[in-house]
Amino acid sequence: MIRVVELHKAFGGQQVLRGVNLELETGKITTIIGGSGCGKTVLLKHLNALLLPDRGSVMVDGADITKIGESALNAIRQKFGVLFQGAALLDSMTIYDNVAFPLREKTKLTESEIEKRVDERLNQVGLAGMGYKYPAEVSGGMKKRAGLARALAMEPEIVLFDEPTTGLDPLLGKSIHELIRKMHGAFGFTGVIVSHDIPEVFKISDRVAMLANGVIAEAGPTRNFLASSNPVVRQFIQGDVEGPLSVL
Amino acid sequence: MLSFIAQIGRSTIRQLTGMGRMLLFLLSAFAWACRRPTRFRLIIYHIRSIGVDSLSVVILSGIFTGMVIGLQGYYSLRKFNAESFLGSAAAISLLRELGPVLSAFMVTGRTGSAMAAEIGSMKVTEQIDALYSMAINPIQYLVSPRILAGLISMPLLTAIFDVVGLYGAYLVGVKLLGVSSGSFIAGMEASTVFNDFYSGMLKSLSFGLIITWVCCYKGFQALPMATGVGQATTESVVLCFVLILVWDYFMTSVML
Repeated sequence: MIRVVELHKAFGGQQVLRGVNLELETGKITTIIGGSGCGKTVLLKHLNALLLPDRGSVMVDGADITKIGESALNAIRQKFGVLFQGAALLDSMTIYDNVAFPLREKTKLTESEIEKRVDERLNQVGLAGMGYKYPAEVSGGMKKRAGLARALAMEPEIVLFDEPTTGLDPLLGKSIHELIRKMHGAFGFTGVIVSHDIPEVFKISDRVAMLANGVIAEAGPTRNFLASSNPVVRQFIQGDVEGPLSVL
Repeated sequence: MLSFIAQIGRSTIRQLTGMGRMLLFLLSAFAWACRRPTRFRLIIYHIRSIGVDSLSVVILSGIFTGMVIGLQGYYSLRKFNAESFLGSAAAISLLRELGPVLSAFMVTGRTGSAMAAEIGSMKVTEQIDALYSMAINPIQYLVSPRILAGLISMPLLTAIFDVVGLYGAYLVGVKLLGVSSGSFIAGMEASTVFNDFYSGMLKSLSFGLIITWVCCYKGFQALPMATGVGQATTESVVLCFVLILVWDYFMTSVML
């Protein structure tokens, strides 16, 4: 389980997170929604210590990752897979080498075992036979699929998805959601999705949390969340310009 | 008046903080270079990128630098009827100063800028975050191999620059302007000592460190905006040129 306790983070003079408290249940997909620039990605990057808080803690399986040393942190990071917003594939490598990269760096698998695992992952994300291409030679949707294949290469316990459908057309977006659902079924990881692809993302979420004004305004199982009477949640889900959330 | 002093203070603190960060970055790169795994394949890849790929530009600039020395040296020395000293003038200036400094400039322009741009682009597109998230330290993976490759490549490139430059000076002085081949080579032999070569190599070693250190650091500092990578590249090249000249003066004054 991941538990975020009283997380505060500011950049320069701008306070982004003002005391976030959130529990992410093991084996479930939790989606974090919120307006653009409200700090969703900042919160996500705290979950595997890509960012460190000014105050507060992030507990992963009982360990506070904001206070542990580098080697302990690396051991915990190996439990994570991350699909970045732009996929963040290493552009000097082919897609095959990108997926093989964590396996080569972090396991003692032989090259033939790595090949088998990479082919399996590429097949699962619908990129069979595309491994020889470089990231610059494929579309945005294919990059996201390749990023997902790399995120799942080490069979992580937790997978973080940073805006997995941003920049994709609705059909591709749906196919990425479907892929996440399918992979979750196959691997049973704990998923954390940051998205504003509403309402599509609710279809694959077990739980939803909404970040507004630097705190979690509402969190709970998807059905309860959608039925929430919290005016902030209602305004955001319904896309109303008027309401407690300032749009401009 | 007080605000002016405060501004100077803030600027000084900012500069000192920046220098401290740069130094810590270098120490961290050395510390990571000593830790396993040692990525020999990456080191060799970067030796090819810094060394082999810069060879053509180093040879070209080396031969023309030598030819200019031959030409200018000949006409300057002729005023004093000292054309026979052309060999020694060319050898000393190339081995001690021009070889290390100009080859470092060439490598900065050819490879250092590309290094800053590549790392800057990786920073902006979250590839460096991706390395962290895979429990791979980016300093160990991206910076340490480049610094080691720079330390190995730069003295070799400088040695090639020196040889080619001397040949250029020989071509112009002896073949074109008629200086005696014997006096050119004898002058070279008589006036150069091992210390000339040694100080040049030591300089090139330090320039290799400066180029890879500064360019990697500036790449890591690239801001996530459209101009971020360009700005990091420009800053890295300018800072390398300045540091190379300042460090060259310091080393020259110590090793004379």
